[in-house]
Amino acid sequence: MSRIEQVLQTLKGQGRKALIPYITAGDPHPDRTVELMHTLVSAGADIIELGVPFSDPMADGPVIAQACERALSHGTSLRQVIAMVKEFRKTDNETPVVLMGYLNPMEAMGYEAFADAAADAGVDGILTVDLPPEEAEDVAPLFSARNLDPIFLLAPTTTDDRISAISEHSSGYVYYVSFKGVTGAAKINVEEVAEKVGHIHALTALPVGVGFGIRDAETAAAVGRVSDGVIVGSVLVDTIARNQADTDQLKRALTDLLHPMREALDSLAS
Amino acid sequence: MSVKLTKEMLSALPDNRGHFGVFGGRFVSETLMDSLMTLEREYLRLKEDPDFQAAFDKDLAHYVGRPSPLYFAERLTRETGGAQIWLKREDLNHTGAHKVNNTIGQALLAAFLGKKRIIAETGAGQHGVATATVCARLGLECHVFMGAEDVQRQALNVYRMKLLGAQVHAVESGTRTLKDAMNDAMRDWVSNVDDTFYIIGTVAGPHPYPLLVRDFQAVIGRETRQQSLDQAGKLPDALVACVGGGSNAIGMFYPFLTDESVELYGVEAGGLGIESGQHAAPLCAGRPGVLHGNRTYLMEDENGQIAGTHSVSAGLDYPGVGPEHSWLKDVGRANYVSVTDEEALDGFRTLTRVEGIMPALESSHAVAYALKLAAGMDKDQMVVINVSGRGDKDIHTIAQLDGIEI
Repeated sequence: MSRIEQVLQTLKGQGRKALIPYITAGDPHPDRTVELMHTLVSAGADIIELGVPFSDPMADGPVIAQACERALSHGTSLRQVIAMVKEFRKTDNETPVVLMGYLNPMEAMGYEAFADAAADAGVDGILTVDLPPEEAEDVAPLFSARNLDPIFLLAPTTTDDRISAISEHSSGYVYYVSFKGVTGAAKINVEEVAEKVGHIHALTALPVGVGFGIRDAETAAAVGRVSDGVIVGSVLVDTIARNQADTDQLKRALTDLLHPMREALDSLAS
Repeated sequence: MSVKLTKEMLSALPDNRGHFGVFGGRFVSETLMDSLMTLEREYLRLKEDPDFQAAFDKDLAHYVGRPSPLYFAERLTRETGGAQIWLKREDLNHTGAHKVNNTIGQALLAAFLGKKRIIAETGAGQHGVATATVCARLGLECHVFMGAEDVQRQALNVYRMKLLGAQVHAVESGTRTLKDAMNDAMRDWVSNVDDTFYIIGTVAGPHPYPLLVRDFQAVIGRETRQQSLDQAGKLPDALVACVGGGSNAIGMFYPFLTDESVELYGVEAGGLGIESGQHAAPLCAGRPGVLHGNRTYLMEDENGQIAGTHSVSAGLDYPGVGPEHSWLKDVGRANYVSVTDEEALDGFRTLTRVEGIMPALESSHAVAYALKLAAGMDKDQMVVINVSGRGDKDIHTIAQLDGIEI
């Protein structure tokens, strides 16, 4: 059983929901990413999604696109991101880490070399925004063979046939994109999310994480009520952008943001 | 490595997931998959629908003004002193470039799909103008995404789009050129996928775009083939077209792919020279990767980040290229070469002075290479240059290089 599956199963046994923060590796500086990852864990993260910066992040809104630009201005590469996970693992062997990004940096590194290095560093899952399962037939098995969970996206536009097919290619969890749009847009409609996630639960046994549009304790609780976990990205990345000058202040700001979400999610526990 | 291509081989490309060999495909976020599959299904149906084809042909004849002439450039041929040089005059189309062939086709598709809101990306502005034009004619809401740098260097086209009723969005992210315009168009599309049709301007992007844009542009090559037989009594020995994304080139090449005797030359933007790194020539100097929904040759760094590009011509200033070109390169059917900014400007000046035809800076790359090519060929041979657009939009750029304020 993968580290992701273990964590999600334990939470489920406790009737709790997963809190899954996203930050972009290398933002505001590559030297600070590992420290921020530990901060996320202290503030209540169950799983970390670590963004791999890309020059052309087509599915992201301006907040995460600018984080990519900041990270790339310091030359943050996929190899460095993997090294950050290795560093993180020296003191945290519990918290699953999912690398989230776009395909081309992996293709440039070579899929086998990437999968080897990621597994060796202690990465647990791979989420590639621009890689639908149809194009992942050669790649996903390389991940699975190394106990890396391939995590795919589901969207409001995904048909039932595709939900079933995509779930069959996924392990760990599936990531439901809560609305039609880019990251950071404030468009979430909780009733629509509830309906669709309920439907997804009927079609797959995998846990369903919901991302896009979760920005505070209230939205986290509303979405946590109907899903197995919430993914929080742009609001954290925006906090990093606004507090990048002072590390202590930044860590406090991230904690102040995540902690109420943790409490709101745990208050749902039955 | 070169293969003889047969009709059977070509009819199997792209495969049902949009692959040309290892290139092409559909690399997009899940939200767009349903729309792309619907578009593919509807396009494949309409492609065989005589009413749809008749509507397309009628618009090309009466709105665009096709067929465009194949013109024998007699004086240019004499001055060059080699093969006969013929010009396929796409610059004479309504709106002044080949781009309109495709926007007419895609606007018809949008109408059949009931979409009322159109988005497009543009580099030089020609595709933006061609999109705004068909939207004006059909009464559709039109949004054009254009890199902020291109907005500056193509001010005339920006104003034309505004006159046509389009909203032009200047894109400030990344390198502020065509690739970033495409990123923002994709972001808009994913946010408005229910009511919006994305008219992609070149043979790149996710399947089925490389297929349908090529089909709409193939009218260029079909006409050229017939006109060559009618006017010269034979097929050309060589075809030369510029390649940014590659839509005018694939449109010219495609109907000739099985004609082994016809050499194909795609001319990329060599910028300040390939060795300078300041260029936009992924087929000449890049490697395969994935960007904007397809696998193709790209300009990228060793970490897979997309590289900045440089070309004097905004329409060629793009780090990728249509996947079918990548395939044609790898199977050896087409030759991909480059000319520098300076050579392209010389091509512009030569064609303007010798034939009284002012080509777009994009097309000037094809002109420049064809002049070198023709000079080394026999007098009884025949070269066709695709003059993909007219140069009026570039007058400011050229005046600026000459130090003249207009």
